[in-house]
Amino acid sequence: MPSITDFTCPLPRLDYDTIQLAHGSGGRLSAELIDKLFLPRFANPILNRLEDQATLQMPPGRLAMTTDSFVVSPIFFPGGDIGDLAINGTVNDLAMGGATPLYLSVAFILEEGLPIADLHRILLSMEKSAATAGIQVVTGDTKVVNKGACDQIFINTTGIGVIESGIALSAANIRPGDKIIVSGTIADHGMAILTCRENLSFHSRINSDSAALNSLVKEMLEVSKEIHALRDPTRGGLATTLNEFAASSGVGILLEEKAIPVRAEVRGACEVMGIDPLYVANEGKLVAAVPPDQAERVLNAMRCHPLGSEAQIIGTAVAEHPRLVTIKTALGAERIVAMPVGEQLPRIC
Amino acid sequence: MNNIKYLDEYRDPVLAGKILEQIRATVTRPWVIMEICGGQTHSIVKNGIDQLLPPEIELVHGPGCPVCVTPLETIDRAIAIAGCPEVIFCSFGDMLRVPGSTKDLFKVKSEGGDVRMVYSPLEAVKLARQHPDREVVFLAVGFETTAPGNAMAMVQAAREDLTNFSELVSHVLVPPAMRALLSAPNNRVQGYLAAGHVCTVMGWEEYESIADEFSVPIVVTGFEPVDLLSGILATVHQLEEGRHEVENRYERLVHREGNLAARKVIDQVFTVTDRKWRGIGEIPLSGLAIREEFKRFDAEEKFQVGNISVLEPEICISGEILQGLRKPSTCPAYGKECTPTHPLGATMVSSEGACAAYYQYKSYSGN
Amino acid sequence: MCLAIPGKVIEIFTEAGLLMGRVDYAGTVNTICLEYVPEITVGKYTVVHAGFALSVIDEEEAMKSYEAWQELIETAARDGGGYEDQLATIENLKGNTTR
Repeated sequence: MPSITDFTCPLPRLDYDTIQLAHGSGGRLSAELIDKLFLPRFANPILNRLEDQATLQMPPGRLAMTTDSFVVSPIFFPGGDIGDLAINGTVNDLAMGGATPLYLSVAFILEEGLPIADLHRILLSMEKSAATAGIQVVTGDTKVVNKGACDQIFINTTGIGVIESGIALSAANIRPGDKIIVSGTIADHGMAILTCRENLSFHSRINSDSAALNSLVKEMLEVSKEIHALRDPTRGGLATTLNEFAASSGVGILLEEKAIPVRAEVRGACEVMGIDPLYVANEGKLVAAVPPDQAERVLNAMRCHPLGSEAQIIGTAVAEHPRLVTIKTALGAERIVAMPVGEQLPRIC
Repeated sequence: MNNIKYLDEYRDPVLAGKILEQIRATVTRPWVIMEICGGQTHSIVKNGIDQLLPPEIELVHGPGCPVCVTPLETIDRAIAIAGCPEVIFCSFGDMLRVPGSTKDLFKVKSEGGDVRMVYSPLEAVKLARQHPDREVVFLAVGFETTAPGNAMAMVQAAREDLTNFSELVSHVLVPPAMRALLSAPNNRVQGYLAAGHVCTVMGWEEYESIADEFSVPIVVTGFEPVDLLSGILATVHQLEEGRHEVENRYERLVHREGNLAARKVIDQVFTVTDRKWRGIGEIPLSGLAIREEFKRFDAEEKFQVGNISVLEPEICISGEILQGLRKPSTCPAYGKECTPTHPLGATMVSSEGACAAYYQYKSYSGN
Repeated sequence: MCLAIPGKVIEIFTEAGLLMGRVDYAGTVNTICLEYVPEITVGKYTVVHAGFALSVIDEEEAMKSYEAWQELIETAARDGGGYEDQLATIENLKGNTTR
């Protein structure tokens, strides 16, 4: 679906309409790509200097740094594309440490033959996401590889942020009694991707939840600096993140099945394919472990934010069954929620 | 939360609790009941139904997971065919990770094989239509529920005169396995929950002679908690009253004769044959093979991948586990040579297998 | 074995000579083969396994067991406890839930 930006930022005229090996050669085509495609999207005083390195002014506080590489098929999917994932993913990794995201490096590996129009569309969504997250792209790189050597486009982003004093988020801090809060519905991203894969003949209205969570985290930390841990349950889903929580802190975690929010259409898709939403990736959700006396306050702050309006307390850290995550089923039984063995695959049995 | 009609009603905790109460009120002594279907095992474990039943009732998990029981030879043959450069190899998602003797289909993909996950066998037919220069092979495993689709794919390929489509078939049938389990000298099973979705296709006529011959109640049962509990309640009623009848507790979907249109196409394409079950061994007349008229779609004929003979590790006791005779922890290989990433036998292969479930629980319980 | 989930038929058509349809599972729609349930009409519910509809839900039978269960629940209600939950259950079983 074309967004308004498609009309305000028409595709620049380039000599080729697809990526050529020469676009990564450092010659004239490289320069054209940078000048006409990249710079207009990310322009800022630091990047515009086009030195070999970005020189940065850092505000006081501890530095946080993270890196992530993004490979997703298909590169465009309902609710997002590889571009906004690459920005939001790294912004979120910074935010989960309580850091204010400041600067970002972006490196592209492009497959020869990638339509310039697709690259432009990805850059537009990166521009938009970076602006939303309030982060500046300050350095970058582009390489082009032979057809077949990569799948259309791979993106690496590295982010730097700063953590103000008094904030020390870590999964190791979780204590028995802590409330486990999820910021909204789970499994949207993973099921959006799975239902738009070819050969599976699905048509769904599931949108990826891809979003930058730093503004939500800011609201949360404003009402309570005592939040113990934050993490975004991406690959491996909520189950994996909670198992990591339990392993790092040595507590047990008891979930309430009924409390875990899942959209109806996501649930429908999960049922049909035999997939457990607890193990499906999210790209715009966070899980928080919060001391019990702070939980209501944090929950209310989250619900006032558009990205946390469906936040729920879904469980509690417990002293029983250390390092083990369990779930109380709707029928009242309790079962183990183990680490996944591999990627979730649609099953017939 | 929005409801999914004809699904959520059958997950209602109040109703489930009420049926549980009735089960508790009915049972007076120990009974061993087997749910044959892996899908039912999954639902029982996921909802924790086994924990809620009174201690007198022991649920034994049956061999009803096609991923578990597909013989190693078939997996190895699939892997050999999938490695051929002209082949697009299609499979349901859950078969991709099943290890053969040396590797799984994912590994074949990583080595450059064109291995694709499909949801329906018709998608494989479509690929054959779209790629006339390639050979499209579909791994047709499953029980009676999956057979109508896999049969229709061949009928459709015949109709379109596709010469580049074939299926590697390893279909199994439930009733012969039920008989085999009951005939075993050390059998413990006293009642069966019959697999509801198999029965949507086959009905329950075939079960009547089994119930008679072995004096076991057989109750056609669905998959949601209320369905399962109501199936268990009906079985317990029969056991307590000394009856052994075939009873249908999946009335909204299952009829005595099953789906006649589907059975007709199964008969048109397949014929009954002896079949080896991984973990159990050969069971006479327990499988489906492609009929002569459709042999041109038989991947085994088309791809002469040689005589594949494999040996299951002798140490593995998955056969006894599948029959409910032993527990995983009594196996000497369990947790040592045999883990979910390096399974030796059927019950460690699938995530619903008893050994895999057991392993995950033990490894996280801190002991 | 044999995962099969009920969905509502929202469209019926023919493709490559096969009777096909689109089935809606609470918003996720899948194209499936209807050859084995030729009697089906739009609006009916069917269970689908691996891309094939295998049986049409018998709404009359579903209603019959609903009535039997309603009796069960009413007995439970007389016995006391969780009245609101039970009312909600009855509403669910009637299919009167908001969508």
